[in-house]
Amino acid sequence: MSIETTSTGVLMIIAVMTFVTLLTRFGGPFLMSYVTISPRIESFINTMASSVLIAILTPMAVEGDWGARAALGTTALLMLTLRKPLPAIAGGILAAGLVRYWLA
Amino acid sequence: MPSQSVPYRLDPSRVRSEFIRLLPISLFVVAFGAAFGLAAVQTGIIPLEVTLMSAAVFAGASQFAALELWGDQVALLPLVAITFAINSRHILMGASLYPMLRDLPVGQRYGILLVLTDANWAVAAQDYQNGHRNLEVILGGGAVLWIAWLVGTLLGVYFGGLIQDPASLGMDMVLGCFLLAMALGGRKSPRVLLAWVVAAGAAMVAYWWLPPHTHVVAGALAGGAVGYFWLEKTPA
Repeated sequence: MSIETTSTGVLMIIAVMTFVTLLTRFGGPFLMSYVTISPRIESFINTMASSVLIAILTPMAVEGDWGARAALGTTALLMLTLRKPLPAIAGGILAAGLVRYWLA
Repeated sequence: MPSQSVPYRLDPSRVRSEFIRLLPISLFVVAFGAAFGLAAVQTGIIPLEVTLMSAAVFAGASQFAALELWGDQVALLPLVAITFAINSRHILMGASLYPMLRDLPVGQRYGILLVLTDANWAVAAQDYQNGHRNLEVILGGGAVLWIAWLVGTLLGVYFGGLIQDPASLGMDMVLGCFLLAMALGGRKSPRVLLAWVVAAGAAMVAYWWLPPHTHVVAGALAGGAVGYFWLEKTPA
């Protein structure tokens, strides 16, 4: 089944995407309202939370170019030493720019 | 770990300060919004509908993916499947906020989730790990990110991409570096580190061998399983 990309068709496509995305935004808390939050479940969602970030970032580093790796490496190093996000993020972006400039 | 169940009242002044706090990262979101706006009009979508898509969907990666499906027709099933797969991380992100969200009135609970996205969630999750309940950043930070995404889209639609080659300036790494800083700013323990190793491994396995866009959920659930089986000793 397909939707024509006419003016009304595109509105339908937007509606479908909005609905599906809304389901994902509402789905987690909705499902959790049926779960009893035992210490075990709380431990699960707490470790899951930071694991979401790791799961987003790992392929970026593994499959990314040297600029991406330099960015993430620099941010990690600065964050662990300075414990301040802004310089860590700025340093990471700078590192990506420099590495890509040298390798270009 | 804050687990007391007292009603949560959103503090308007903190909502405003979280809006300001995420203003810097939002400036980069403007650049990505412009890239989307430009790509979308080049795909042949009319400006009004491009803008409407950004305002209503507000999920960049899935919007870019939709453009890949574009033609005279868009196949419905792949559209639904890809949008769901890319955005399914929201389910886990929302679930992780539930210990705080359950203390909000239902209307506010789902209201603030309308603007749930990676950056404001990462801040809320980090704050929670450090013992602060911060749902204000979901609303205030989400609002500034939404405005930035919309402004960026409009700029891209009407003025083209803002920057010739964002990647050469390292701009494509802004969100990645931001999320990494948030992850490393949270509490670290042997248990969390093991969860991260497991999450990273599972994410790569999924990235290489499972259907596209499943790696975030696979990695996150694998990391969560470590927490499920390895409980932290509760302080007496």
